[in-house]
Amino acid sequence: MPTLGDYLLVSGLLFSIGLAGVLLRRNLLIIFMSLELMLNAANLSLVAFARHGVTAFGLPDYNAQVLVFFIITVAAAEVAVGLAIIVALYRLRQSTHVEDLNRMKF
Amino acid sequence: MLTILFWVFSVLMLASAAAVVLFRNPVNSAMSLVLSFLALAALFVTLDAFFIGVIQVLVYAGAVMVLFLFIIMLLDLKAETRRRLNIAALAGGIAVLGGFVVLITHVVKSLPTSADHFPALARTGYSDAYDIGMTLFSDFNLPFQIIGVLLLVSTIGVVFLSRRSLR
Repeated sequence: MPTLGDYLLVSGLLFSIGLAGVLLRRNLLIIFMSLELMLNAANLSLVAFARHGVTAFGLPDYNAQVLVFFIITVAAAEVAVGLAIIVALYRLRQSTHVEDLNRMKF
Repeated sequence: MLTILFWVFSVLMLASAAAVVLFRNPVNSAMSLVLSFLALAALFVTLDAFFIGVIQVLVYAGAVMVLFLFIIMLLDLKAETRRRLNIAALAGGIAVLGGFVVLITHVVKSLPTSADHFPALARTGYSDAYDIGMTLFSDFNLPFQIIGVLLLVSTIGVVFLSRRSLR
């Protein structure tokens, strides 16, 4: 049977892959997809802890699952706004490459 | 059986997540991201979180990915042309990443409950959507309504942002 540590390790590795995408890729869309991966890693560890912390009635801790529900909702809103910003930016600069977007660079 | 399923879906999820970062064409990345989300939904099901698994498939693998693919089509992105790599930035990123992975594995290994098996669940006659709904509408009623307002605001924001002339 997989233990709590196995799930947390998989979640940590998923977060690291998302962090790698944010740090190493320079396409705005790929960076955005990597952010989604990091959010999902947080969701996985929350659900694993919910399954671990069984209540006195023998049920999983549903507070954590409600938090995951909220995270998914906020992430959907975030994707919609973020992609609208990327489209507006593309209309202005004809590029989604982060190195072409240096107007605010010091 | 559960152990085999756990490892199959974990490896599938991590491999397709790595493919998201490694592919040069954004369409291939988006398709790998769908596969990663579906494998994650299967992992939620192995944790007896059936409702969250279904929501993951509907919202992430459905709505969010359709939005991503739509934008990729709208922007008509080609595969990235190779540019000169910034070696210092690349090395720095990999160093930060290595440190982070070492830290995460150390923290997980030193967690006192790390080797715990999951306790057995009580058998109930109803699905977990019932319990999550009860928690959501009693203990978390105000946050739920705030989330509704947030979705409304983001809808208005997206409509405003996607106008032809931004002032």
